[in-house]
Amino acid sequence: MPKFFNSKSKQLEGDIDGFLDRITTAGLIFQEGVKAYVNGKSDKFERNFKEITALESDADNIRRDIKHKLYTYMLIPESRGDVLGLLETLDDIVDICEKVLEQFSIETPEIPEFLRSDFIELAELSSKAVEEVVKGARAFFREIAMVSDYVNKVHFYEHEADDVEEHLKRRAFNSNEIKRFSHKVHMRYFAEKIAEVSDVAESVAERLSVYAIKRRI
Amino acid sequence: MLTIIFFLSSGLFLGWSLGANDAANIFGTAVGTKMIKFKTAALICSIFIIIGAVVSGAGASHTLGELGAVNQLAGAFIVALSAAMTVMWMTKAGLPVSTSQAVVGAIIGWNFFSKTPTSMSSLSKIVGTWIFSPILSALFAFLLYHIIKRIVEKSNIHLMRLDSYTRIGLLIVGAFGSYSLGANNIGNVMGVFIASSPFKDFTIADIFQISSTQQLFLIGGIAIALGVFTYSKKVMMTVGSGIFKLSPVTALVVVLASSITLFLFASQGLYNLLTSLHLPAFPLVPVSSSQAVVGSVMGISLAKGGRNLNFKKLSHISMGWLVTPLGSAILAYVALFFMQNVFMQNVFN
Repeated sequence: MPKFFNSKSKQLEGDIDGFLDRITTAGLIFQEGVKAYVNGKSDKFERNFKEITALESDADNIRRDIKHKLYTYMLIPESRGDVLGLLETLDDIVDICEKVLEQFSIETPEIPEFLRSDFIELAELSSKAVEEVVKGARAFFREIAMVSDYVNKVHFYEHEADDVEEHLKRRAFNSNEIKRFSHKVHMRYFAEKIAEVSDVAESVAERLSVYAIKRRI
Repeated sequence: MLTIIFFLSSGLFLGWSLGANDAANIFGTAVGTKMIKFKTAALICSIFIIIGAVVSGAGASHTLGELGAVNQLAGAFIVALSAAMTVMWMTKAGLPVSTSQAVVGAIIGWNFFSKTPTSMSSLSKIVGTWIFSPILSALFAFLLYHIIKRIVEKSNIHLMRLDSYTRIGLLIVGAFGSYSLGANNIGNVMGVFIASSPFKDFTIADIFQISSTQQLFLIGGIAIALGVFTYSKKVMMTVGSGIFKLSPVTALVVVLASSITLFLFASQGLYNLLTSLHLPAFPLVPVSSSQAVVGSVMGISLAKGGRNLNFKKLSHISMGWLVTPLGSAILAYVALFFMQNVFMQNVFN
């Protein structure tokens, strides 16, 4: 019987690790995709967009599989709800990343030269927030005491992203270089969309800190 | 034969109710929190209760015998019946009750009726143990909680693996707890029948000698197991999801601490070892598994900084020390009177 328990839980450990790997990768692809778009490398951008679409459905499948196994084998009855909640909100991050790249692909916003670095920095900060929240999630499974460290880092990057977002929007609206009002609004929309990734990462971090308290013995 | 079965029936009934109630103290949280399936829990619980009862049940029963050797089968029937009735009524009234206390009360009732002097040294030993056992349990739980917490935090074990280790732990500790429960509490169920046991010793193939007492304990153990299978599920669900909200790991600590306590007050081997080393030994006395569990939960509350310490529960326990034996003694006295004068049975020699 111990072997039975162990093999199932080892399998799930692997599944969870695989799921978390995909979230980190999604964050990185998102960052690279925005960078490629802003720098006008449309081939590379479309490649990134395809990659993240594949990753999104992959992550979905793994999550469903984990959910199925947790219920079928009646594992971690106490923290099952929390774990599934955590995985679901982490999955939202991938969804948002994919959606943002999709919007870029559909709407093809025209990014003026002077806003490029801001857009890239914003995408980097959002991706950092994702990276840290995934580390926090790993800590939730293995090293509960470390969770708060990562949660703090997520808060930090989200705050930085907010600053850059505001700065970007002000520059867009104050600029004489962008002539049309609709163009300014378009810039605002994409700044908000990219920053939303870090917002979602932050809300996952919030959950994580509560789950971590609950998991303390 | 029929008379024997009839007179033993009250003891078997007591065993059944013990199984129905006390198995939940061992496996309640594990089953209630769905860490272990009820069927698995019931099977392990029954097997180990029977083993504990037959192998190591003599010690604690002996102490009950010292308190009062009920020497007529009809008398033993009434003593066990009064104890069982007391347990049943108090459970119905929602009062915390211990089979040990009910049995001791009923034996004292018999002592009064048969004008047998009650051994004060045995009585004080028993009552002292009742008070001491939840305290000891709390102490064990306090220490174990800190040790296990440290191990879990230091080892950085994955949540999934911790879960499977906890399950295995709950099964092993549950088996140990069931063994200890059988060893410690079989005296309550069958102890009063020892002096008037209708069975004869016999040996199997000149190797295994099974004494009449062990035969009694085997039957009692089976009655307890029956109680576990037929009625304990409901109680387990209440314990697991109701009174104490414990995480699986703390549940493991609670069961381990309580089981060690039950074991210490039942292990003849340990008693002999400590005595041979001229160390103070734990008296072999049937104690209440429910109170050991409450003690353990208190110990964990203290280890967590004294929050959620339920003083009402503590006062309930101490009330039980008085009310249960008293009620049971009175009931036994009255019932013995009827048995002797209405049914014309000898209830003592």
